[in-house]
Amino acid sequence: MSTVNEFMDLPGRLIVVEGIDGSGKSTQLDLLHKWLRSEGYVTVFTEWNSSPIVRDTTKRGKRKQLLTPMSFSLIHAADFASRTHEQILPALQAGVIVLADRYIYTAFARDAARGVNRKWVRDLYSFAPPPDLALYFHVSLEESIRRIGAARAEIKFYEAGMDLGLSEDVSESFRLFQGRILEEYDTLCDEYDITRVDAHQSLVSQQVLVRDLVEPLLEDMPRREITNVPTHMQTGYVSLAAGGGL
Amino acid sequence: MTKVQFYGEPPPGIDQEWLPGRLIAIEGTDGVGRSTIISILRDYLEANGWGVVDSGLRRSPLVGPGIDQAKEGHTLDPITLNLFYATDFWDRFERIMLPALQAGMVVLADRYIFSLMARAIVRGAAREWLEQIYGFALIPDQTIYLDIDAEDLVLRILERGFDFWESGGDYLHDRSIYDGFMQHQREQLHEMSAMADRYGWDVVDARGTIEEVFEEVRVAVMPTVESMSRP
Repeated sequence: MSTVNEFMDLPGRLIVVEGIDGSGKSTQLDLLHKWLRSEGYVTVFTEWNSSPIVRDTTKRGKRKQLLTPMSFSLIHAADFASRTHEQILPALQAGVIVLADRYIYTAFARDAARGVNRKWVRDLYSFAPPPDLALYFHVSLEESIRRIGAARAEIKFYEAGMDLGLSEDVSESFRLFQGRILEEYDTLCDEYDITRVDAHQSLVSQQVLVRDLVEPLLEDMPRREITNVPTHMQTGYVSLAAGGGL
Repeated sequence: MTKVQFYGEPPPGIDQEWLPGRLIAIEGTDGVGRSTIISILRDYLEANGWGVVDSGLRRSPLVGPGIDQAKEGHTLDPITLNLFYATDFWDRFERIMLPALQAGMVVLADRYIFSLMARAIVRGAAREWLEQIYGFALIPDQTIYLDIDAEDLVLRILERGFDFWESGGDYLHDRSIYDGFMQHQREQLHEMSAMADRYGWDVVDARGTIEEVFEEVRVAVMPTVESMSRP
């Protein structure tokens, strides 16, 4: 709907994280979020596949396995459009920081891995405001499987790309499908201004790097006066929620 | 045989070059009488031995219920609404239209991608963006356009009542429902007749009686239907 030029004077900042399941991106974004809030910045958090208007349709499609590569792509674009309209754009217009757990590159990678035309998917999302910072948490397939295995008992049908018929075996299908997504992410990092973060590093050193990358963007961002902040927030050390995945 | 050609980038999963069926799209604005004509045409074709499938908006098992629910809220922005409809269209294409075309049936599409594009354009969506998305659509063998002007259309709507979305209620907030309807429909009709010229549709005057309109539609579609081998 809109061209890039229309986004030029949006006063807010858009920071997005990308990566395959088990890359640790949500954990890193959560830590960043808590730090920014402890510093008094106003933040809006949005995650993939969470629009109140569209989410139920997507869930039903997944549960009943009604989704094909094209309808999977389109319904996720509808979800993203709804969040762009109701969350992301208003927050950027209001001049605050938007933190997005997965952004358009997730669609570019997953849909291409499902065989959808790459140019078509990019055109589909041309209404999306370009991020000020896009972080890609790169992890090897083996490491991601190790991490997911520890956190979750069962892999879901579409996460494993079972709709593509790559393999009858869920684990094998997951491996093949996530491998394809990794390849797509690699290409995307060359095509777009995406910063690669080595997600094999320790959690803390990744967070130090993330904060270094975010800090220059914080200039002119509105801050609240902070009083009575618990000490653990002031130091930036926070407890971690268990990894969720999507 | 229907040559498999798309308006833009071909979607994945369709390997055939030819389909034995025929795809006929019936376009026209809200309340113009499409569904009535399609229902009579379907009976007529079936009575003559042709296999017929029809498909209208929001009947996709995937998104039909979701669209209805979302529209009740009256808070849908044009892009989300359009993508909902695009998903509905694709789901019906893959699930209903394509298998019927593969089986050698006549598919009567109650609206095609064009109504969806016109609705989004009058609400401010970019034409180029819409053309890119709907490039996934199979080019129909024939498109029939039921043509009417807003003044004649509104007389029919008065009988059955106005609808919020058909009157542009989501974007023409400050109008009365009548003024909103007239403005929204005039703009939509303007878009549709421009498309009729551009895509070379068969235009049928929809102001006549049902019998008159049906007869004109029947005469227009029979050569397309009969280009399949006779049943």
